[in-house]
Amino acid sequence: MFVNNDVKKTMDMEDRHVIKLSDPDHPVILSTEDLHVYYGQKEALFEGDLEFASNQITALIGPSGSGKSTYLRSLNRMNDRIATVTGKIMYRGVDINQPDIDVYEMRRRVGMVFQRPNPFAKSIYDNIAFALRLRGVTGKHELDEIVETSLKQAALWDQVKDDLKKSALALSGGQAQRLCIARAIAIKPDILLLDEPASALDPVSTGQLEDTLLSLKENYTIIIVTHNMQQAARISEYTAFFNQGRVLEYDTTSHIFTNPSVQVTSDYVSGNFG
Amino acid sequence: MKTTQQLEKQLKRRSKAAKLEIFGRVISLTALLLIVAVVVAIIGFVASKGIATFTSNHVNLWDFLSGKKWNPGITDANGKPEVGALPMIVGSFLITILSAIVATPFAIGTAVFMNEISPNRGAKILQPVTELLVGIPSVVYGFIGLSVVVPTTRALFGGSGFGILSGTCVLFVMILPTVTSMSADALRAVPRYYREASLALGATQWQTIYKVVLRAATPGLMTAVVFGMARAFGEALAVQMVIGNAALMPNSLVSPSSTLTSVLTTGIGNTVMGSLQNNALWSLALVLLLMSLVFNLIIRLIGRKGRLQ
Repeated sequence: MFVNNDVKKTMDMEDRHVIKLSDPDHPVILSTEDLHVYYGQKEALFEGDLEFASNQITALIGPSGSGKSTYLRSLNRMNDRIATVTGKIMYRGVDINQPDIDVYEMRRRVGMVFQRPNPFAKSIYDNIAFALRLRGVTGKHELDEIVETSLKQAALWDQVKDDLKKSALALSGGQAQRLCIARAIAIKPDILLLDEPASALDPVSTGQLEDTLLSLKENYTIIIVTHNMQQAARISEYTAFFNQGRVLEYDTTSHIFTNPSVQVTSDYVSGNFG
Repeated sequence: MKTTQQLEKQLKRRSKAAKLEIFGRVISLTALLLIVAVVVAIIGFVASKGIATFTSNHVNLWDFLSGKKWNPGITDANGKPEVGALPMIVGSFLITILSAIVATPFAIGTAVFMNEISPNRGAKILQPVTELLVGIPSVVYGFIGLSVVVPTTRALFGGSGFGILSGTCVLFVMILPTVTSMSADALRAVPRYYREASLALGATQWQTIYKVVLRAATPGLMTAVVFGMARAFGEALAVQMVIGNAALMPNSLVSPSSTLTSVLTTGIGNTVMGSLQNNALWSLALVLLLMSLVFNLIIRLIGRKGRLQ
């Protein structure tokens, strides 16, 4: 009986399963339509049509080389000089993948944190004040205040509040990554993109980083690429599974991890991949 | 028991590989010692000859460094030989600093273009051009300076055209490729993730270059400039052809003057070994050598500071 059910389920499985969002509390803030990315002649992303709910965490998972980082980097046009990106990226109703979009203004709204913690060789304070100063915020009082709130939001304030003038390069990996998050949220973006932010961190730092992300959800929409499936399961509401340059499955995280609709997804999340 | 002995014998026997290893070590050590010996010998020789002016000819060191009259064959009213090296020292420093000031913005600008703005064209066109410029012999630079720069200076500013200004123009072109390629190396050494971090924060490319890349590359850029200065300071032939070779205090940028190197190259063949005239030239060479060491020291200090960051 059980065996029969399993067989039936396998046979019913679809090739591709991508849901459209319809949560009135968390409207779609960012979506992609017909997105393709080419590195020279080589197509790295064939199909990446996703919708992202505001003030939620969406995880992008998939094996190495599946196109998830490429997809993420396209969302704030970080691939501009590296790859050709075609298709639409709709941000609050505006296609930001048009040539006449001011990418610098756009990136202020769609911030990014990278795999490797990359603080500048400046003090902790100057790291966070960097983007603010570029935008003409120079008042000491105002800068002090934003530095403090950003560090508090990134759960780093208590550890560094007496060392703000010290070089950011002296921080540990986990602290440096949270500094990068503080730096990204100092300019109050709408959306925060994170490209495997915990891959260079130890388990304790990873746990702290996840707590930070969960608390940031109130104010920001978070899209995170991760290799760590437990991490995706722990923190995200929605999960997209990438494989060989395509989004094979996109649904709520619980659906992806407990009852995936696509066989490859099932294999991947259960560790039977390949 | 026997096998243990056999094993020990096998392990203790010098294999062919071990012998080769020793051979290689001896060769590289010999080469190293030879180079060290040559450097020590040069410094020792120049120092001993250079000091002779002060020990056997009893010239006051301060008079030598601050005197404004250079005429080693002649003694002044007090019976002291006229061996004031100040005009040459001033000439050398002036020409070095001026050419570095002119060359630095061009070099850094070119390096930024090659590395940040248009890496493809930079690698295809500018890289070969800079390498070509490095390879041109200094006599060619000097000749072009003599036939193009000197007449132009004469037409524009009057005088003979020979002088610090012409020397600066020639040296500017000569040190430009060195400073450019070293600046480009310094920019290339700035990690890519610095640029990404800055761009992701909404900085424009210019803001990224100015606020992040150039700041991070500052020690490397300073090394490049000092390296260019060291080259300018030591350049003899091209400078000698355009500077006018008058051992006088330069009273303007277009009056004929001289540098340590130009006086050395013009004078050393016309003096007798052991004479005051000859010893005085060696003293100039010693000043030149010490200054080169100072430039090297500065480069090392900057490099160390850069690594500590």
